[in-house]
Amino acid sequence: MNIDELRKKLIAAARLNPPQDRVPFAFSTRVMACIASAPALDEWALWARALWRSAGACLTLALFLGVFSLLTPPAADSVDLSQAFERTMLAAVDLENDYAR
Amino acid sequence: MRAMERTEAELIAAALKGDAASFEPLVEKYSPRVFATARRYARRESEVEDIVQEVWLKAYQKLSSFRGDAPFEHWLMRLAVRTCYDFLRSHQRNRETTFSELTEPEEDWLERFVRQPDSASEHASAAKQLIERLMEQLSPPARLIITLLEIEDRSVKEISRLTGWSVPLVKVRAFRARAEMRKLLAKIAKDKYL
Repeated sequence: MNIDELRKKLIAAARLNPPQDRVPFAFSTRVMACIASAPALDEWALWARALWRSAGACLTLALFLGVFSLLTPPAADSVDLSQAFERTMLAAVDLENDYAR
Repeated sequence: MRAMERTEAELIAAALKGDAASFEPLVEKYSPRVFATARRYARRESEVEDIVQEVWLKAYQKLSSFRGDAPFEHWLMRLAVRTCYDFLRSHQRNRETTFSELTEPEEDWLERFVRQPDSASEHASAAKQLIERLMEQLSPPARLIITLLEIEDRSVKEISRLTGWSVPLVKVRAFRARAEMRKLLAKIAKDKYL
């Protein structure tokens, strides 16, 4: 069976049978009723919803990381980060003191 | 023609100012086109009506984004095609993943095609049924592309404007869609004749 030939024939069949453009009775009335009853699109509300969702995601991540850091035992050779940071920040002052001596 | 365009612009301007009733003539004028488009992607009439209603609701809500530099119909058809694509994607799980048994007329038509391709007419209702069932099996992007490119005979640029996909993406999806269709047809042929 020639698949490409079959495909072309079926596409031709689809072209020969375009869908109807019939509109159901009183369809425009139905649409207008929907428009009248639909709440107006509030962009601020959309923003607020998106922000609340992202706040929820951030809170979940923060909780997860908090629990993770509490439950993970510190490695034996780990350096206290706060002390290392302080030492780095004050390195210049320490050097100055050393020279003064 | 010009008076008609002015009227349309006036209707849109009035609707934007809050006069919702001015929108109704636009719904009446363009609903046939939107229905014809929706019927290409949904078979059940209730689904078609839901799609068209959604198109009009979106059109009303997003009317302020219509800049008026292109005809309203083009803007509306873009919205219609994208709504139809969303419909296909949301109903993706419901589509049959395997080709159920062919009906007797479909089998007869295929038999005729195998024996003598020219004798199987594309005017036959069996051919129409077969292509409809085949289209329902395609993935949403493949179905959209085959419909726009091959059945409606639109250009790649036009499809890019309608779908919001880039031109290279349309080309890639067209290539994949044809391959997907060929694969489906090959499966039918294999099941039936091998």
